[in-house]
Formats: sequence, C-alpha cells, structure tokens
Amino acid sequence: MSSEKYFVSKAPDIRIKPAKEIKNDKDGKSKILLTIVLILGCITILFPLYMTVIIALKSPSEMTNDIAGALSLPESFSLDNFAEAIRVTDFWHSLGNSLLITGTAIVLSLAIHSMAGYAIGRSMAKHKGFKFIYFYIVSGMFVPFAILMMPLVKETAVMQIDNMFGVILLYVVFYMPMNVMLYSGYLKNIPLAMEEAAEMDGASTWKTYWKIIFPMMKPMHATVAVLTALGTWNDVMTPLVIMSGSDKTTLPLAQLNFQTQFGTNYNLAFASYLLALIPILIFYIICQKQIIGGIANGAVKG
Amino acid sequence: MKSNRKIRKPISNKTKTLLLMLLPALLLFVLFNTIPLITGAFYSFTNYRGYGSYDFVGFRNFSDLFRDIRVGKSYLFTFKYAIAGTILVNVISLLLAMGLNSKIKFKSTLRGMYFLPNILGGLVVGYIFSFIFTYIIPTAAKALNIDFLSNSILASERWAWVGVLIVGVWQTVAMNTIIYISGLQTIPADIYEASAIDGAGKWCTFKKLTLPLLLPFISTNLILSTKNMLMVFDQIISLTKGGPAQSTESISYLIYRNGMEGGQFGFQSANAVVFFILIVTISVVQLVITSKKEEQL
Repeated sequence: MSSEKYFVSKAPDIRIKPAKEIKNDKDGKSKILLTIVLILGCITILFPLYMTVIIALKSPSEMTNDIAGALSLPESFSLDNFAEAIRVTDFWHSLGNSLLITGTAIVLSLAIHSMAGYAIGRSMAKHKGFKFIYFYIVSGMFVPFAILMMPLVKETAVMQIDNMFGVILLYVVFYMPMNVMLYSGYLKNIPLAMEEAAEMDGASTWKTYWKIIFPMMKPMHATVAVLTALGTWNDVMTPLVIMSGSDKTTLPLAQLNFQTQFGTNYNLAFASYLLALIPILIFYIICQKQIIGGIANGAVKG
Repeated sequence: MKSNRKIRKPISNKTKTLLLMLLPALLLFVLFNTIPLITGAFYSFTNYRGYGSYDFVGFRNFSDLFRDIRVGKSYLFTFKYAIAGTILVNVISLLLAMGLNSKIKFKSTLRGMYFLPNILGGLVVGYIFSFIFTYIIPTAAKALNIDFLSNSILASERWAWVGVLIVGVWQTVAMNTIIYISGLQTIPADIYEASAIDGAGKWCTFKKLTLPLLLPFISTNLILSTKNMLMVFDQIISLTKGGPAQSTESISYLIYRNGMEGGQFGFQSANAVVFFILIVTISVVQLVITSKKEEQL
C-alpha cells in the first residue's frame, strides 16, 4: 500500500513524453524510478498469491504462532493438502460443472448475441422498431441482479430449470446488453458493400451472415468470449440462488459450501482456494495477450 | 413486434430474416429479464413471504423501508463503500495506467501483473484477504507494537468496511487500468510534443490535454465502477457476512439474506425496486454530466 502512495505523488510528473530534442538525462532517471515503483507495487498483488501457495504447501504443524509460521517456505513440499482438498470439495466434479457452464454460455452468447447485434446494427437506421429493441435490451445493463433474483428463483423452479441449464440461460441474458452493444458497434467497421456483393450473387441474408459477416467479427468474438468467460467463471450469486436445490456445485460455490468443513485447518482451506484459482490462472498465462487485448478492444469500440 | 405495426410498407425478405435472427435474444431477454423485473415490482406491493398466500398492501412496504433501521444501515454502508471505492479505484487506476503506458522496461509483464486481480474470483480472493486481515496483520502489528492494528479490522464495527473496501479496490483497479490504458493509447503522441514545445508544464499538460481527451473513458469507468461497487456481494459473503453488528451489510446481501431466507420476499422486493431506481438515476446523472463536459470541448 505504501508504495502506491508514493506512486500517487510521483506519476503525473513522469508521464509526459517530451519532444525527442529535449530528452535528457533526468528523463532517463525518472523512467528507471517509475519502473522500480511499478515493480514494487506488484508486491500488493503478488503477496496474497505467495501466501496462498506457501500455506497450501505446508502441514498444519508448521503453522506456528508468528508471521514466519505462515509466510516462511515449507520445510518439505507436500501435496497432501491438495489431495485432501480434492476429495473434500469434490474438485473434479465442480471443475467439470464450471467448465460446462462457462463453455456453453460462451458458445450461446457468441451465436445469439452476434446475430442480434447484426440484425440491430444493420437495421437501426432504417427501422425505428429495431432501434427501440436496441435500447430496450441495452437498458438491461442497469437492472441489478438483486431485483431479478427472487422472481428468477421462482420462475426457474416453475420451468424446472433450477439447475445448470437454467444458470447458463441466465448468463446468456445477463451479458446480452453489453455484448449486443459491442457487436452492433463493431458492425460499423464492416462495410455494407461486402454483404451487398454477396446478395447480388444470390446468397440469402442468413447465408451471407454466417459465411461473411460472422467470420469478420472475429476480434469482437474474442472480446465477448473473454468478458463472458471472466464474468461467468467467477460468479457465485447466480448458481448459489438458482442451483441450491440440485446437488451440483461450481468451483466458487464449492468453496462457499465447504468453508465450514475446513474449520481451522488453514492449510487445507488454502490448498482448496489455490485449486479453485489454478484453472483460470493457467488460462490467463496462456491467453494473457488475447484477454487484455480483448478488453482494451471492447473499451475503445464500446 | 413493434416494427411490424408501425411500418406500413411490406416487410422485405431481408428484414424478415433479420427479425428471425433477433428473435432468440429477444425471447430470452423478455423471459429472464423483463418478466422477473415486472414480477419483482408486483411482489413489492404484497406481503408475500416467499411461500404460502399473500395480500396486497399498497405502498406499505415502501413506507416501511424508510423506517427500517437495518435497511437504512445497509444503504449507508453501500453508498459509503461505493463512493470511497469509485474515487480510490479511478485515481489509482488512472495513475497506474499513465505509468504503464510510458516507455518503461518490462511494460507488458507489468501490465499483465496488474491485471491479475481481475481474473481471480471475488469469493476466493475474499477468503485469502480474510486470513491476511485476521491473522497476518494483527500478528505483525503485535510484533511491532502497533496497538491500532493488533486486532482484526474485520471484527471492528467501525473499521470492517475499510477491509471490504481494500479488497474491492484491489480487484476493481485492474479492469479500470486496462480501460484507461486503451484510452491513453488513443491520444496521439505529437499532441504532447506540441505542448512540450509550447512550454506547457507537466501538470498543465495533464489537466488541459490528457484529462479532457480521456473523458469518454473516465465516464465509462465511473459508471462501471459505481455500478459494480453498489452491487457488492461476493466480498461481503467471504469477508464479513455483513457483520460485525450488520455494519457491512450491503443492499444486495440484505436482499439475498432476508428475501431468500428471512421470509421477507415482498418487503425486500420493495427494497430491490428502490435500489434499481437509484442505480438507474445515478447512471443517468453520471451520463448526463460527463456528456455535457464532452460537449464543452
């Protein structure tokens, strides 16, 4: 925290890029200082993760009553906590459910939201009805889950989708306002001439869309997939209220459900937390560029 | 559909296909957004407990809301949290973005690092920080003889909200930083060169150039972070469960607790309706203010 405070007073001075002619020694020094400050700032991010890994690898007997007990390196690396955590929280099933929910929600979002975005984006100027539907759907962004929560619990129970399928459908609806906005905004970059040429050749609107437009929206598909994935993967509230009747859990939900069973065995608890974090960490390490690029893309186009 | 009625000329085949493509989204949206929204508003005028029979009670739930101490406390906490959080998040992430956008070494590694908190789930992050607040910090404070921190701040009625705030800010900064960085990249470098040649000071350049040019991104970030912080839930459930003495009970958490489990379906529906109207009002006000500022440029 203290390094951030330091950074607050320092950063505005260093930010400005001077013209090349007046670049001098002072500028180079402040760049190095800035780099050091930014690296030190990373401690606030890495410390909680370091602590999680260390505690997860230790046995309870190593947790003495001082800071060193929690933060020093373990005497011997043991994976016992992980084996126990996998058993206690039924890790593989929760992981499978989380993957299934997030994966299906992404696929459905890409198909349904891009179609809607296309239909709206291409007709908004000509037909008032489409414009109305656009604002109708986008305004859903401001509806808090709190107001939908209780009625949705009743509704999904009546429709007998108070299970993973229902949760998937709800995600498709929750991310619809943002995704439809992103897709219809992105369409402005795709010239109408592409479709007109295809239609001249006798292709139907439907075919033109899937053969020409859908592949051209690839950068936006990446953005939508990333935003939908991060939101659904980590969400607790929706599965908590919708799936509470079924015996299925997602990864975050398992952490919540088994919290009481960990008791004071912090090593077991942290092994379980780490297990819950590992899948998304691996995904992030592999796709870091696409994830950050996708979000930046959404911010500029949105 | 509205467009069918309004437009007299025959609908072309293309429009028909486009309507068909819109249909799945529209159906799902009506089914799982509009209908529950209307149902929620409907129940807010009843004394429904979530089961059994119910009667209409008019506006009684709403007038009761303003007298309910627990509801009042939850609004106080949520707004305190959201206002402090939005300011902190936007100041920190703007500064971080400027640092991460300048020509420094390890730029992409550092950016990747600072984005990390955003991909981690709020619940598990809350559990990890809960251990830091209740174990690491008090133990360190005792060893260093700092009285103020020798007990967990999460156990203090007065300071627990700060603990929740730290975790919320820690996670939210990441996303806003990326949005600010992409905003900074839309500003062409030669503008800065011109202002440096004109002899503009660094603070002056920041105030007169960077801030106005970033305004659309500031507006996006303000609206996003306010809305997300007002809806805080995961951190509450993992850090404090609303305690101690309901001092960190957020509006969402209260609606969940008492509406789902406490038999206050109707009453909490009224609470949710008020909450919804507040969020819409705040977002619209923020939009109007920032778009006015943008027009002035």
